[in-house]
Amino acid sequence: MIKLSYYPGCTLKTNAKNFEDSVLAIHEKLDIKLEELPRWNCCGTVYSLATDDLIHHLAPIRNLIRVKEQKNNKLLTLCAMCYNTLKRANLKVQREPESLEKINNLMYLEKVKYNGEVKILHLLEILRDEIGFSNLAKKVSLPLKNLKVASYYGCLLVRPKEVGFDDPENPTIMEKLIETLGGEPIDFPYKIECCGSYQTVDNPNIVIERTYSILSSAKVNGAEIVIVSCPLCAFNLDHRQKETAQKYLEFSHIPVLYFTQILAIALGCSEEILRFDLHYIDPKPILKEKGLI
Amino acid sequence: MRIEISNKRINNNFVSKISEISGQNLLACYQCGKCSAGCPAVSEMDILPNQVIRFAQLGLEKELLTCKSIWVCASCLTCNTRCPRGVNIAEVMEAIRLILLRKNIDNIKISELSEKRRAELPPIALISSFRKKTA
Repeated sequence: MIKLSYYPGCTLKTNAKNFEDSVLAIHEKLDIKLEELPRWNCCGTVYSLATDDLIHHLAPIRNLIRVKEQKNNKLLTLCAMCYNTLKRANLKVQREPESLEKINNLMYLEKVKYNGEVKILHLLEILRDEIGFSNLAKKVSLPLKNLKVASYYGCLLVRPKEVGFDDPENPTIMEKLIETLGGEPIDFPYKIECCGSYQTVDNPNIVIERTYSILSSAKVNGAEIVIVSCPLCAFNLDHRQKETAQKYLEFSHIPVLYFTQILAIALGCSEEILRFDLHYIDPKPILKEKGLI
Repeated sequence: MRIEISNKRINNNFVSKISEISGQNLLACYQCGKCSAGCPAVSEMDILPNQVIRFAQLGLEKELLTCKSIWVCASCLTCNTRCPRGVNIAEVMEAIRLILLRKNIDNIKISELSEKRRAELPPIALISSFRKKTA
């Protein structure tokens, strides 16, 4: 049993509840024990790229103090944005003792000091490195037979290189996961291209263009569903299909799921925990057709 | 586009401010254009990423502070990963944004977002947008 602190982040408690629920339903089957951090706070969502902006690294580091208070040294995240921000802030303070000291001083009310001890891990890394895909294969009770799945990585799981856990130009970890689960991975050229991210707030047209290009490419290459690991990618690629279809009449819809949802299906979880009500494009028809729900 | 190049502009405080905030050696760039070739947002930009670096080298302050490109860039870091000279272009974009934000010039007005728009968006979208576009 691998014991890990768990950092959900804002959106896993709201719009991406399907992401969180699908993991909480299976973590024991995977021999992982997740302990949600008490009093976790926002990670900041984006890592500050400026050299003189220490204040924005306080929020992620404060969460790492919570991990220490839980007597753990490994922190699991699911959201790609949280993963990237927490891991980069952690790397920064591990490399810059002076920044670490200043950050600790700014958080002088905390009882515990942070010294760079915590390791940030994404669930995909745990599946590959701690559990192992060959062991995971033995736990599969409902193989995703004949399901053609395109893996969309986006930006934050693979860039920058020091933070990513796979090749930054051609990652394959999710394709290997799909194979392990008995599905058919589909490669497509847009798998690491940005979805437009937060431009969805005040410039949704950028996102509509990106969604059109990314999903059309996945479809042309034969995908029946697309899997993601970021709630913002999920919103842009799933919910923005509404406007994409209004703009491009030939665009045809494709369901977008979290990789943990197809993992939960393969491990035999029931449909109720998958929360398909949160999706814009309903994944049920294709999953029913394949005999998976 | 007609631009004026002068020693005065190149040596102004704006260039050193960008280098300092971004931590980048602007003169390392030799204008190969790889950043612009791989950028997924160029179609929405008025100045290409390689031109942003060139303009920064030349101290073209007004052109950079009024361009659309710095706000279109969402820090996907494709350019950083591919630059053969090790220039972090996304950091330069961030530095130019910060020069404006630190004067309290926001790029998005939260109060102008309709109730409907705010309700449909997940928190992750709102927080990241406000972190990048407001002071």
